[in-house]
Amino acid sequence: MLTYFLRRVLYTIPIAIGVSLVCFALIHLAPGDPLSAVMPEGASSETIASLRSFYGFDRPLAIQYLTWLTHVVTGDFGYSIMTRRAVLGEIGPAVFNSLMLGVAAVLIGFTVGLLLGLIAGYAAGSARDRVVTSLAVAGVSVPHYWLGMVLIVIFAVNLGVLPATGMGAGGSTNFAFDWESLKYLVLPAISLSVIPAGIIARTVRGTVAEVLKQDFIQTLYAKGLSPRRICLHVAKNAAPTVLAIIGLQLAQLLGGSILVETVFSWPGTGFLLNTAIFTRDLPVLQGTILVLAMFFVFINLIVDLIQSAFDPRIKRN
Amino acid sequence: MSSKLVRKLALAVVLGTMPLASPALAEKVLRVAMTVADVPLTTGQPSQGTEGLRFMGGTVYDGLVNWDLSSADKAAALVPGLAESWTVDAADKTKWLFKLRRGVKFHDGSDFNADAVVWNFDKLLKRDAPQFDQAQSVQASQDDGGIASWAKIDDLTVEIRTKTPDSVLPYNLVNLFFSSPKRWEELGHDWNKVAFQPSGTGPWKVDKFVPHERVELVRNADYWNPKRIPKSDRLVLLPMPDPNTRVAALLSGQVDWIEAPPPDAIPRLKQSGMNIVTNVYPHVWPFQISLMDNSPFKDVRVRKAANLAIDRDGLVKLLGGLAIPAKGMVYPGHPWFGKPSFDIRYDPEEAKRLLAEAGYSEKNPVKIKFVIAPSGSGQMLPLPMSEFIKENFHDVGIELEFVVMDWEALRARRRAGAWAPENKGIDGVNNSWSFGDPDFALIKAAASYEPVPTGFNWGRYNDPKSDELARAAQTTFDPVEQTKILAELHSRIVDQAMWIWVVHDLGPRALSPKVKGFVPAQSWLQDLTPVEIQ
Repeated sequence: MLTYFLRRVLYTIPIAIGVSLVCFALIHLAPGDPLSAVMPEGASSETIASLRSFYGFDRPLAIQYLTWLTHVVTGDFGYSIMTRRAVLGEIGPAVFNSLMLGVAAVLIGFTVGLLLGLIAGYAAGSARDRVVTSLAVAGVSVPHYWLGMVLIVIFAVNLGVLPATGMGAGGSTNFAFDWESLKYLVLPAISLSVIPAGIIARTVRGTVAEVLKQDFIQTLYAKGLSPRRICLHVAKNAAPTVLAIIGLQLAQLLGGSILVETVFSWPGTGFLLNTAIFTRDLPVLQGTILVLAMFFVFINLIVDLIQSAFDPRIKRN
Repeated sequence: MSSKLVRKLALAVVLGTMPLASPALAEKVLRVAMTVADVPLTTGQPSQGTEGLRFMGGTVYDGLVNWDLSSADKAAALVPGLAESWTVDAADKTKWLFKLRRGVKFHDGSDFNADAVVWNFDKLLKRDAPQFDQAQSVQASQDDGGIASWAKIDDLTVEIRTKTPDSVLPYNLVNLFFSSPKRWEELGHDWNKVAFQPSGTGPWKVDKFVPHERVELVRNADYWNPKRIPKSDRLVLLPMPDPNTRVAALLSGQVDWIEAPPPDAIPRLKQSGMNIVTNVYPHVWPFQISLMDNSPFKDVRVRKAANLAIDRDGLVKLLGGLAIPAKGMVYPGHPWFGKPSFDIRYDPEEAKRLLAEAGYSEKNPVKIKFVIAPSGSGQMLPLPMSEFIKENFHDVGIELEFVVMDWEALRARRRAGAWAPENKGIDGVNNSWSFGDPDFALIKAAASYEPVPTGFNWGRYNDPKSDELARAAQTTFDPVEQTKILAELHSRIVDQAMWIWVVHDLGPRALSPKVKGFVPAQSWLQDLTPVEIQ
């Protein structure tokens, strides 16, 4: 297990370098000037030149990349062009806020998806299965930002029972785990959870239906095991596939959602990225993408390790 | 009377008085949803363009000169701010003396005086000064680029020298704000720390700042202008870039005021009792056009035809009535409008006639290419508006093609000029424009000697008469006389169809019925001090 763990950790190093290179290149290859947003109308060529030199944009791209990378490995993500605040200080609270939203969405999505998947899987081919499958397809297909707007109109504007935007009357710094604050989490979390719920439901349905067809299930029935015990066996066999899907969904949700966070003005990584994109704040953009990518890699690593614990064949492969 | 009854009565008295007592004790809070995606810089020179200036400039800070934002009926004019008066030297027109207002204090209690003025100019312009701040310096460079030197004469007098005789200086000084040197000292010379506890001289003081989320300002009861002491106790400013989110926040009572509601939400907002407040302000939605040799717009007849081809009334309908048709850079009734002889109107027949006269026909249409962006500051609804105009142009024999790019890329193209290699084949750029000061409005847009990036002449418009008037406006220091020259210059550029002017935005904002006292000034900036929640 330890060897497998070390091997998987080692794999993350080239992935991280690749991710950093791709994210740096993509951002710098995009058309437009990274300093455009902070450059006032009529800025003189001296102002433009001094600004370029101040942020190091006058140096060759390769040097810029290496400088950025060497700083990043020491935890220095640089400073925001727009605010002059440290990028890491910007990303930290945003990651926490997205994490909170992501975990809430995963809990909702996982519970609903698992439940629907099991119902459909056990009743494969029946009317119940078709209803659940239709619901899952609808969940996967519905644009979550649109659902967010609909939820706002219904629950915030028309019924007035839940707030429409933000993280509370005092902002994220005053967020507490009581109803006054948590009610701000409800609508964005539901909006974010429908896609993973749909995907998990479909995956669980397919896997459970597949496992139920296998010979060993008949053997278990023949041995007189109770349906509950059989269900545990089904769950154990379905777990690796389902875990992989949940891991991917979790990583995606923890990365935040630009659209949902913007619709709800939720100050997470998606909102931060949106701001950084529109203001061409390259240091924030690069830093946030890198952190999120590494998050993705990390979550996948954890999922791999859990999967291999459930199914030792994965290690051998 | 039993003790139980006494207790009940006492409780009834307490409960009965509570509703009376609570409004008196409650803080009057005005919550505003801005369109910006982030809180503008709080340290002195706000970022995020004019919306930054509107909410983090004149609220917390003052300029030496301020805008008079007290009237909805006339264009905002300059009034004394931290300087009580100013004069330009009769012999040397680059030398200005500013007499500072006595007794003004920063929010931290320190004195505003000539030392503070010099310290702040050093903050923006003297790169080796310890307080020099790159972030603020960049934001100010649009307004301080013409300043050559500054010096203290005495505690309440400052001398400012410009690089060339420049009558527009007072307009530039409106946007240069003064932060407290004492606060910067107290916070260890760290502007990032100052951002959380800034200290200006303005009518509002910063109480709380949460990056990306909100800034809360409280009333400065000691403000030097008693007429502008805020009526609200607290002003909460929230960045909310998504227009639908702003609408939902207003309708659900989370905010009291939203900037720029989308046109299609106006009926719903009105139905819910919200007030839609509009007024003209110095904004125009134009196409800045190329007059380079290879552009059809080199011919004034084509420029005029393009201006006559647009059904502006139809466009205003598309915009839900939230705009007025443009008849030039500034709107009729503005002091700089003048008396242009070319009447910009919808006249497709005249447009066709002019094009025919210029040698174009159905078989040989005018072919042009404009750069547009799907969104951006002051851009209104650029895609449907551009499509509408494309149809109008097609009807008269102008075939318009778009090059769509994001807003910052478009701004970079505008800064580069029509002659830049990346703009080869481009005949126009759709960059909404502010005409708040004479430089932006007319002088630097029209003068051939003011090319981008330092000037605003993008398309190489070159007209000796316009140059002559621009120079005269720059060097005329009598405001009345200068206004006359600017009106002449405006008439000239309209007659020359320098740009294609389309509409003026009406700056809509939606206010909860509880919001009282707002006077929509004819300005990009607004005064929130008379506003209160009832």
